[in-house]
Amino acid sequence: MAGIYIHVPFCKKKCLYCDFYSIGTSSKISQYPILIEKELSLRKNFIANQRIDTIYFGGGTPSQLEPLQIDYMLKSISKEFYISHDTEITIEVNPDDISEELLQGYRLAGVNRISIGIQSFIDDELLFLGRRHNAQAAEQSVILALNNGFKNISIDLIYGLPNSSIDSWRYSLEKAFSLNIKHLSCYHLTYEEGTVFGRRLKNKKIEEIDESISIQQFDLLRELSIKTGFTQYEISNLAKENYHSRHNTSYWQGISYLGLGPAAHSYNGDKREWNSSSYNDWAQGIESEKPALEYEILDEQTKFNELLLTHLRTIWGLNLLSLKKDFNKTLVNQMLKSAEPYLKTGKLSIVDDCLRIPSKYLFTSDGIIGELIQIDD
Amino acid sequence: MDNIRNFCIIAHIDHGKSTLADRLLDLTHTLTERESQNQVLDSMELEREKGITIKSHAIQMEYVYEGTNYLLNLIDTPGHVDFSYEVSRAIASCEGALLIVDATQGIQAQTISNLYLALNHDLEIIPVVNKIDMDAAMVEDVKDQIVDLIGCKRDTILSVSAKTGEGVPAILDEIIKRVKPPQGDSEAPLQALIFDSVFNQFRGIIAYFKIFNGTIKKGDKVKFFNTGQEYEADEVGILRLKLVPRGSLNAGNVGYIISGIKESKEVKVGDTITHIERPCDKAIDGFADVKPMVFAGLYPVDADEYEDLRASLDKLRLNDASLTYEPESSLALGFGFRCGFLGLLHMEIVQERLYREFDIDVITTVPNVSYKVHTTKGEIIEVHNPSGLPAPTVIDHIEEPVINAQVITKSEYLGGVMKLCIDKRGILKNQVFLTSDRVELTFRLPLSDIVFDFYDKLKSISRGYASFDYHLDGFQTATLVKLDILLNGEMVDALSSLIHRDYAYDFGRKMCEKLRELIPRQQFDIAIQAAIGAKIIARETVKALRKDVTAKCYGGDITRKRKLLEKQKKGKKRMRQIGTVEVPQEAFLAVLKMD
Ligand SMILES: Nc1nc2c(ncn2[C@@H]2O[C@H](COP(=O)(O)OP(=O)(O)OP(=O)(O)O)[C@@H](O)[C@H]2O)c(=O)[nH]1
Ligand code: SF4
Ligand SMILES: [Mg+2]
Repeated sequence: MAGIYIHVPFCKKKCLYCDFYSIGTSSKISQYPILIEKELSLRKNFIANQRIDTIYFGGGTPSQLEPLQIDYMLKSISKEFYISHDTEITIEVNPDDISEELLQGYRLAGVNRISIGIQSFIDDELLFLGRRHNAQAAEQSVILALNNGFKNISIDLIYGLPNSSIDSWRYSLEKAFSLNIKHLSCYHLTYEEGTVFGRRLKNKKIEEIDESISIQQFDLLRELSIKTGFTQYEISNLAKENYHSRHNTSYWQGISYLGLGPAAHSYNGDKREWNSSSYNDWAQGIESEKPALEYEILDEQTKFNELLLTHLRTIWGLNLLSLKKDFNKTLVNQMLKSAEPYLKTGKLSIVDDCLRIPSKYLFTSDGIIGELIQIDD
Repeated sequence: MDNIRNFCIIAHIDHGKSTLADRLLDLTHTLTERESQNQVLDSMELEREKGITIKSHAIQMEYVYEGTNYLLNLIDTPGHVDFSYEVSRAIASCEGALLIVDATQGIQAQTISNLYLALNHDLEIIPVVNKIDMDAAMVEDVKDQIVDLIGCKRDTILSVSAKTGEGVPAILDEIIKRVKPPQGDSEAPLQALIFDSVFNQFRGIIAYFKIFNGTIKKGDKVKFFNTGQEYEADEVGILRLKLVPRGSLNAGNVGYIISGIKESKEVKVGDTITHIERPCDKAIDGFADVKPMVFAGLYPVDADEYEDLRASLDKLRLNDASLTYEPESSLALGFGFRCGFLGLLHMEIVQERLYREFDIDVITTVPNVSYKVHTTKGEIIEVHNPSGLPAPTVIDHIEEPVINAQVITKSEYLGGVMKLCIDKRGILKNQVFLTSDRVELTFRLPLSDIVFDFYDKLKSISRGYASFDYHLDGFQTATLVKLDILLNGEMVDALSSLIHRDYAYDFGRKMCEKLRELIPRQQFDIAIQAAIGAKIIARETVKALRKDVTAKCYGGDITRKRKLLEKQKKGKKRMRQIGTVEVPQEAFLAVLKMD
């Protein structure tokens, strides 16, 4: 079981909060599928002989690519790997890019899941974020996708904006749940270094939202999702039954994935690799058959910490039996010792040999996980 | 011996001593081209970073004057008040001193105090006006000031620029003409004064000395007069930028000895070296012990390093004779040492040197001066640690140290300076106009009021134009209270302080505010309280952390996030656990960061 991630680093306009690696749109786009094909053939051994369960076109803005280009890349993948009709193939799209032709084309190419970067159903908030679309286009895009044969639709929303409120968040959420979507990713706004928002925060041009509103918004999300039959299977991801994103989940379950394109990350259980975050270096590396990437070999403790960091974000938690099987006793015991105070206060639970953070405490999960991870003295 | 001259360079801070030393070294070709650099004698990394001299530094030069070869031993000294003990020891090894005065600043407080140190040792003073190349130089005015101060002839004052080298050659000639050669008899029994020492990783303990009488040779059997310890002189030599071995050294000269000294405590600055056979009958008068001005606890960040800290302090003390320490312990911090310092800069330097030279990271606690507690039984107890204060019921009264302070200021800042001193409980003792626009004020002030921020405040009030020097001058009764800090109800002994009652409320409030900034939010609310006895006088709360979550954690985020959490955990390990509360190192120094 493995996944393939293709990073499509082209955006028409940079959103103000975004720290994903992207460059403007340009003539580079036309060459892109060929470079990806070449990178795939150079690096396929990273996940040799595995069945591909999920393919994900992420961005950047994959909807800047023509359906034929998507088709080309999927064909390249199927030449190297086995793809079944069951493989989850997702593309991220921006609401103002999509049209009937585009959606039909993606579907014909084999895409069976669509993830729409809605972010909000409120005009003011979209404007604040520097998005290209408005609320009406957001809603229309979901309907358009449904009408063009996509059953498995996911949308992204952002909460915790300085100009948001509990009510505005309720509005966006209710709108989302009223549309026939299967999956929802909700991210609290973060101020990343190197972004316009990061700078504005530092220069005190904008102010972070009050913590108590953040918490109420998170609680509202939990409350509404239960009512509408969504399961919060990870801190920021919710889905109808059987519709959790296989791709996202692979990150938290330690499943291998090969990332293609500049700045893409790869993982195969023992090693993490990350491609150069410079388009030109990446492209030259591919052309010259010497991929421009860095890597880290994961030692036992690192694997252990990553396991905690990822699994405890999810509803499935961490299976202690397999943990004890896979890791040395001291690591596990020290971790369990650090867990004790949290087990007492209910911030952690063990049920059926699974260690979990109950959903109402997920909002402090970093602090909890930070205590459980192990470091050398 | 007639061909030796020993002299030091003394001045107020920044008046250009080390730069002048550079020029003298140039003129005498003492250094190779590769060796020379600005303020070359400031060889410690810290000195170079801070741009100030911390240690006296001796170096020998050769110079030909009127066809005769001379050996000149130069000692560059620090200017900052906290290091005046370095100056006083340098003076004891010299017969002359260059008194440098910055032509743009004129006479300042340490110009005067260092001058008196030199005069007390009967040194020949050669006044030098420096920085004459600068536009703001007031050479004639400053000469007036010097004539007034020393009563010397105007034409005996040299004018130079240590920067351009103008006027500098005359200095060497004047030294030879005016400074007396060292007295002493090379044939007499050996009598050499240890004025400094240092621990060297490769060579062990090295002692620096000046020979008053006799001759020391490689291989001699020697003993240290006060400790009675005996050694063989494995190596003796002179001090250049590096150590230069010599077969023997005569009376009047300055040099070093390496002799298989095992432990730091065997070397005491001020001790006399003599021969085992034919010893001198009397030690040279050593140096007066220095009195520490402030005390603070030093604790290893890593509690396992207590013994290492002790060993490092022993070694550091070789090279810093003004440092004192004795073991103490704290509930919050474990085992450490109560150290005495000459001031806060000294304390900072010690902390830095421990880190850089011995790789030991320490936490320092709230500093305080030492108090004399008179008990109801009539005993007198010296207290330099808040936890050492006896119970209130047995205290009759407490005395605090006072100082006699000289402040020199331009008269336009007189008002501001006066106000500052009076706010600090000062009493004006004397006021003299040195010139029409410069005043010298003498104040009696409680020491505890000046050790913390007085100097910075004085500088800012006077835009850098006022300077300040002080000496301990007895004790006075003080109304002192012990101020405690509680975290979630638990007292943190390392944060307690002894403070004048009038300041306690304000201080307690500021302390709580500062701690609120420094203690990171944790999983629960943290109450920070300041208390005098059972009475809470201030309170702040660090709110529990309720949002502490990573929004996105996908393929590209995992490594970064893991590294961040690991780093945070490392940081936490360095924190101290007080009850359930984790307290970062910086919090223990909160008091120094308050305005
Ligand atoms: N223009 C000019 N600047 C000088 C002269 N002499 C020294 N300086 C500058 O004055 C500053 C202080 O010089 P130092 O030689 O470090 O002074 P110091 O007296 O050794 O200082 P401490 O040892 O810290 O007391 C430096 O920036 C020097 O470059 C001079 O003759 N002319
Ligand atoms: S949020 Fe998406 S569309 Fe906006 S700049 Fe980032 S990658 Fe591009
Ligand atoms: Mg200097």
